[in-house]
Amino acid sequence: MTATVIGPLHSDDGGQFIPPPVMKAVRARRVLPGFGLTMGLTLTYLGVIVLLPLAALILKSAEIGLDGFWQVLSSPRVLASFQLTFTAALIATAINAAYGLLMAWILVRYDFPGKRFVDALVDLPFALPTAVAGVALTTLFAGTGWYGRWLEPAGIQVAYTITGVAIAMAFTSVPFVIRTVQPVLESLDSQIEEASVTLGAYPFTIFRRIILPMIAPAYLTGCALAFARSLGEFGAVIFIAGNLPFKTEIAALLIFIRLEEFDYPAASAIAAVLLALAFIILFATNVLQARWLRRREAAS
Amino acid sequence: MSMAALDPARAFPQAAAVGANGRTTRSGQRVLITAGLVLTALFLVAPVAVIFAQAFSRGFAAYRASIVQPETLHAIWLTAVTALIAVPINMVFGVAAAWAIAKFRFPGKKTLISLIEIPFSISPIVAGVAYLLVYGSQGLFGEWLADHDIRIMFTPAAIVLVMLFVTSPFVVRELLPLMQAQGSEQEEAAATLGATGFQIFRRVTLPNIRWALLYGTVLCSARAIGEFGAVSVVSGRIRGETNTLPLQIELLYNDYNAAGAFAAASTLTVIALITLLIKAIIERRIGGAG
Amino acid sequence: MKRPFGIALALAASAFAFAASPAARAQDAKPAQPVELLNASYDVARELFAAINPVFAAEWQAKNGQKVEIKQSHAGTSAQARAILEGLQADVVTFNQVTDVEILHDRGNLVAADWQKRLPNAASPFYSLPAFLVRKDNPKGIKDWNDLIRSDVKVIFPNPKTSGNARYTYLAAYAYALETNGGDQAKAQDFVRQLFANVPVFDTGGRGATTTFVERNLGDVLITFESEVNGIRREYGDKGFQVIVPPISLLAEFPVSVVDKVVDRKGTRAVATAYLEFLYTDKGQDILASFFNRVHAPAVIAKYKEQFPEVRLVKVEDVFGGWAKVQKEHFASGGILDKVFVNR
Repeated sequence: MTATVIGPLHSDDGGQFIPPPVMKAVRARRVLPGFGLTMGLTLTYLGVIVLLPLAALILKSAEIGLDGFWQVLSSPRVLASFQLTFTAALIATAINAAYGLLMAWILVRYDFPGKRFVDALVDLPFALPTAVAGVALTTLFAGTGWYGRWLEPAGIQVAYTITGVAIAMAFTSVPFVIRTVQPVLESLDSQIEEASVTLGAYPFTIFRRIILPMIAPAYLTGCALAFARSLGEFGAVIFIAGNLPFKTEIAALLIFIRLEEFDYPAASAIAAVLLALAFIILFATNVLQARWLRRREAAS
Repeated sequence: MSMAALDPARAFPQAAAVGANGRTTRSGQRVLITAGLVLTALFLVAPVAVIFAQAFSRGFAAYRASIVQPETLHAIWLTAVTALIAVPINMVFGVAAAWAIAKFRFPGKKTLISLIEIPFSISPIVAGVAYLLVYGSQGLFGEWLADHDIRIMFTPAAIVLVMLFVTSPFVVRELLPLMQAQGSEQEEAAATLGATGFQIFRRVTLPNIRWALLYGTVLCSARAIGEFGAVSVVSGRIRGETNTLPLQIELLYNDYNAAGAFAAASTLTVIALITLLIKAIIERRIGGAG
Repeated sequence: MKRPFGIALALAASAFAFAASPAARAQDAKPAQPVELLNASYDVARELFAAINPVFAAEWQAKNGQKVEIKQSHAGTSAQARAILEGLQADVVTFNQVTDVEILHDRGNLVAADWQKRLPNAASPFYSLPAFLVRKDNPKGIKDWNDLIRSDVKVIFPNPKTSGNARYTYLAAYAYALETNGGDQAKAQDFVRQLFANVPVFDTGGRGATTTFVERNLGDVLITFESEVNGIRREYGDKGFQVIVPPISLLAEFPVSVVDKVVDRKGTRAVATAYLEFLYTDKGQDILASFFNRVHAPAVIAKYKEQFPEVRLVKVEDVFGGWAKVQKEHFASGGILDKVFVNR
């Protein structure tokens, strides 16, 4: 019955990719109810809403064949855009890793005036249409802006450089790290810390030895998600990037250009590569995370 | 108040003040808070301030006029309705997926999680195009849909669909780390005592995950309301019919009505802040009751 | 257990009710019944058609006793063409690029092959040309295309790969260079390359480029359609920008057409055709000209004479051998535009 609940399609696109033996293996172990129901719902929904359109996309990119695929991707301009997108996304993730952890920490652990307001602000980058965020950031960092006015005479050019691209990416993915770490931090048992404090441990030692391992899986997830989001960001970046070929042209813009040329297969090909890269990163993160969880379970 | 319970600095004052390194902790705390606030001011508040500054650059009357014009009001209404449909669906999906993944062992789990996360990394425009490739006239089901006179693309249904796509990972992604960190001993105990699945969920799991669920929902709503790229591809941008607020903002901006565009954008900021205010109120209520 | 599913079901159903409603609304147009047209147009034409639509609606109702409501959709015309190919039910298109109407015929046979012959002036009721906007008092003394490649001049126009308006700029500069170099393709390409090298930022759309020029204070000259350039000068009157129309430029047509497949299905051909024909009447042309578009009606031309300086316009057909050829040689992936752009 779950197959027909959501969406216009029947389950033949979604439910297939977990083969029956898997289900059997699970059934033997479970204590809790609801596996069939929740898993069925998850797979059906994922199939209809996410995998079906993606399959159509990959099907489209397959139209040009391997040769065509290779030709699209091996062009120096496309490669340069991948490199830029990757580097900028890494910088953006680093910014968010530091800022996000700090914010999650002070929002959960400390009390200060305006705390609720700051807590609320954190989600804003998601609610703002990305183009608006892009225009606002460019207004700040351009030579005439509040920041650019000071930075540019000092020789620091942000707008229309890779730094600007990274800042736009960082802005649009701010909530990820904060909001994944925050709930875990809130649920942490403070008695352990309390005990270590009374035992005379230094705050940083407590953080490193006790808290960090506890939040590490969530933290890593937050960073990986921020990175994945940065890879695909378009709206905010194009305003601040300057879009010079080989210099500040992001991969998503090349996809957009191919679409403007009605060249769906080429656009899909570039998109498919970004997709595969993101998938690999997310997968690796999830493997790492699972390992940590297992180690912790073994330890306790 | 809930925050007191969650905030060890208050709940356990000795941790902050009486500990062996009481003084360093205190000053360290001050340094961290200051750093966080300064960075937030520079990084988050300033862009928002720019938006409001531009929005009011032609005075309050112009600000009001650009918001109360029927097209903008319709865009706000449409955005709210579509988000109100998309968000609850994704809450149900998020809870179900998190339950299946966190409470059971099965092969392919990591792949499944990664697949769920994929929409984060997809350029929204690509997401929109992917939907065109399925439901558009020349898409996979285009002919079948045309034969049955069902139109999905360029209607509000298409907007809902891409919103579902773009925001589908949020609730799962918020719930999962927490549910995994908490383990399932409590639920298993309840199950051995004969509780049904839904009872376990409501009485045991839900109280434990309510913050994360709330965060996930708020993020999901924020993202749904603000989504531009994917919606722009599938909405058809028919003014007064399928123009959402972010699309309306672009339209105004293109008309050299930057003040109007930013005014409309500022309403999104206000909507976001209201959502968050509601969150804070719920937090206090639940915190007070529990 | 049941409840979440009930909710999901209700929501899915309501999403579907949405999907079905526009199809149900499509009506065949019996004269007395009100009729609805959808005009898919280019991105910066909102105010223009907001001015035209009510005038046409009043005229149509007076003549036929039928109420007509014209809905507008605005976006880049390539995106609009894509949407129409995928099922956007636009009755008429009013684009700023011939190729984007052409593709409606090529890819889906939505528009008849002879669409350019159905209305006067190759189905282009008005036209414009790439022109310059310079800063107050024209400090760099910019008069013509060859001023734009001077090393002390910074030029702003949007990314020609994403903006149709910038493709006209590219073609105009190319045509100018061909003419001054006796048709030498290599020299023309080098000229355009030097022009591109003077562009510090390539925004994806015309509006973004305007912001860069006006708000970010970047560049000495902004190039876009004459109609836009005048609109910007008026909008930012306090900045004292000046409009420079170069002695030679490229004819930029604004092609219009009914979308045959849609109007035949909806039964709106008569009113859709009348809507487009209205653009050619003196009343329609007057509104178009008041938005700084050049028009064809002699009476209106005389009225707005002051507004439009003399300029020699070359045609894509004459210089480049038609749009199909331009598309293939210049704009296609890996074409001359890509080469020039990348080697800037």
